[in-house]
Amino acid sequence: MSKKFLYSLMAALVLTAIVLTACGAPATQAPAATEAPAATEAPAATEAPAATEAPAAKEQVEVFSWWTGGGEAAGLEAMIKVFNAEYPDIEFINAAVAGGAGTNARAVLATRLQAGEPPDSWQGHAGQELIGTYVAGGQIEPLNALYEEEGWLDVMPETLIPLISDSGNIYSVPVNIHRANVLWYNPTILKENNIEVPTTMEEWFAAMDKLTAAGVTPLALGEQWTQMHLLETVLLGSLGAEAYNGLWDGTTDWSGPEVKAALDNYAKILNYTNSDAASLSWQDAAQLVVNGDAAFNVMGDWAEGYFRELGKVPMTDYGWAPVPGSVGVFQFLSDSFTLAVNAPHPEGAKAWLKIAGSKAGQEAFNPVKGSICARTDCDKTLFGEYLQSAMDDWASNVVVGSLTHGVVANDSWKSEIDTALGLFIADKNVETFQAALAAACASSGPCK
Amino acid sequence: MFKDKDRYLSVILITPSILAVLIFIYAFIGWSVRVSLSKWKGLTPDYTFVGLKNYLSLFSDPRFHVDIRNTLIFTGVFVLGSIVLGFLMAVMLDQGLKGEGFFRSLFLFPMAISYIVTGVVWRWLMNPATGSRISGLNLLFSYLHLDFLINKWHTTPTWGMAAIALAAIWQMSGYTMALYLAGLRAIPHELREAAQIDGANEIQIYRHIILPLLAPVTLSALIILGHMSLKVFDLIVAVAGKQLPLDVPAIYMWQTTFDGLFYGRGAAIGILLLVSVAVLIIPYIVYTQKTEVQQ
Repeated sequence: MSKKFLYSLMAALVLTAIVLTACGAPATQAPAATEAPAATEAPAATEAPAATEAPAAKEQVEVFSWWTGGGEAAGLEAMIKVFNAEYPDIEFINAAVAGGAGTNARAVLATRLQAGEPPDSWQGHAGQELIGTYVAGGQIEPLNALYEEEGWLDVMPETLIPLISDSGNIYSVPVNIHRANVLWYNPTILKENNIEVPTTMEEWFAAMDKLTAAGVTPLALGEQWTQMHLLETVLLGSLGAEAYNGLWDGTTDWSGPEVKAALDNYAKILNYTNSDAASLSWQDAAQLVVNGDAAFNVMGDWAEGYFRELGKVPMTDYGWAPVPGSVGVFQFLSDSFTLAVNAPHPEGAKAWLKIAGSKAGQEAFNPVKGSICARTDCDKTLFGEYLQSAMDDWASNVVVGSLTHGVVANDSWKSEIDTALGLFIADKNVETFQAALAAACASSGPCK
Repeated sequence: MFKDKDRYLSVILITPSILAVLIFIYAFIGWSVRVSLSKWKGLTPDYTFVGLKNYLSLFSDPRFHVDIRNTLIFTGVFVLGSIVLGFLMAVMLDQGLKGEGFFRSLFLFPMAISYIVTGVVWRWLMNPATGSRISGLNLLFSYLHLDFLINKWHTTPTWGMAAIALAAIWQMSGYTMALYLAGLRAIPHELREAAQIDGANEIQIYRHIILPLLAPVTLSALIILGHMSLKVFDLIVAVAGKQLPLDVPAIYMWQTTFDGLFYGRGAAIGILLLVSVAVLIIPYIVYTQKTEVQQ
């Protein structure tokens, strides 16, 4: 009996231990640290000071991102090389977290910030996605001094700066630039149907009517986020750059007739799309164009990298133009890096940001990633045919921000717009859609 | 009666799990209730009390209406389909045919697969593309000249959720089959023989003898499948991603909390989900415990 009792007690202890270790994952380091000196006193005594001295002897910087695969990771590696050459005394710690377009990374980051252990610098979409979350939480520092010191204000487009600032403070350093308002087309289909590349909404509608009559799917569309991407480009194409910017700072009335007309355009455009949009990824939808199953597709310029992967030839298998109505406007999105409030290594972080904003750093990163530099003075010969044309536009066009990719609206606002859009796709009622958009701006945006 | 020592022992043994359950289940339910009554929005916690505002605004939220409609469609189709199909398979296997063990395993295997795998496979099977890009089941129908069966599956307006329920039925009908088969085997053979002697035909035997005796099994199946369908999430995301026509409360909760940072609203949806599952489960637990005590 007592033996049985002993066994049971042991089982209970083991169970408790399992439960405790499961609870205390972050705390497991503490017991290890206290046990070590008890077991072997001498080594522990020598190790401890060494560990604290290391940062003093060698400066560090911990950079947090979700660049863990493909061209992004390769680009980051290239940029780290530039960093190591410039700052051999600073150890670069790459704290990249893999998974789903940064969703995992952002969850990890949120946990670290709540625990008061920020990385020195982290990646985020430039604009309101960063500002709405981290400036509101008092977690990132303004970088105006760095911009002036490095002369970035002279080499980055003037219209870009307000989009990545809040109350005159600039909060991040953009490393790369992607363009959202690109209309991809199949040159062969357009030629066969005698269609010129449309530059206005009216021309676009006329072209798509012609294609429908010829039995071609005019516009390839994918799942819900690509529908939001289409919406933002149609808003831009219908309203123009100024009124489009006004949507996001509260000067354009969401309930007004201009927005109504833009949403009517959007509703009309949806009639020209493939019926299976909801089941297609952006790659599937873009592929319809290069495979000759559809004439047009609206997608950001990462689609160009995908077309190249498929072995397609620019201007033969696919062509590009700004989305009709947005000629001369560059709707951008960008990955950028921040400076943490209470960064453990502020000097290292500033050194990293200097590289991220430098010509050498951006020229190392962007050709590999398939994007263009945020600076306008990068060497064009490093880039392919499409990217060269994008660089010309970036340097000369009016710059506006993307909604889907975090520039113009904070996360809460964007998610309310996403809900309104989803309901609209189901019921196609423009009035309720417009009312819901106005309500979203009032609840989560600047509208009063 | 317990000896004192046994009683101490049982308390010691059970304490860790009680503590774990108290902390990780009930404490967090309490915390979620608190969040759901607050106006927390954004990354920084804000526990300002706003009463039932989050709940009330959900009831007038058109997206939440879509969620409720979708949940009802899914639950109806999934529970009914799994029970009917599972019962039919069990009755067939109960006829004592050759290779019963093989078929039993075959029907039960889908249950061993994760919903994600099921979702990915059915995403391909239920490809709604038509014309030159037709594939999956639609392609099969077109080969078999059953063109009237070609449809848009989960992209069908309003009823798309029923297509997702098909995949869930495929996965879970084997499980209900196992439940029913066990129930059928537990019915004493004498009852059937007595009925046959009294002149009852097969249909009458099922109607008046078998089905009433299987009622507890049906209830169990209803509860188990019902609470699963209230919580369905991974299957839908695997088939269709996060798209509003196939939205359910669990997806709304996730998106609004982690994409939109509406923590208060997300917690309110979570609590409503908990309540709806509890309404289903608690009477069942009370009922089974009572009958067990009686036995």
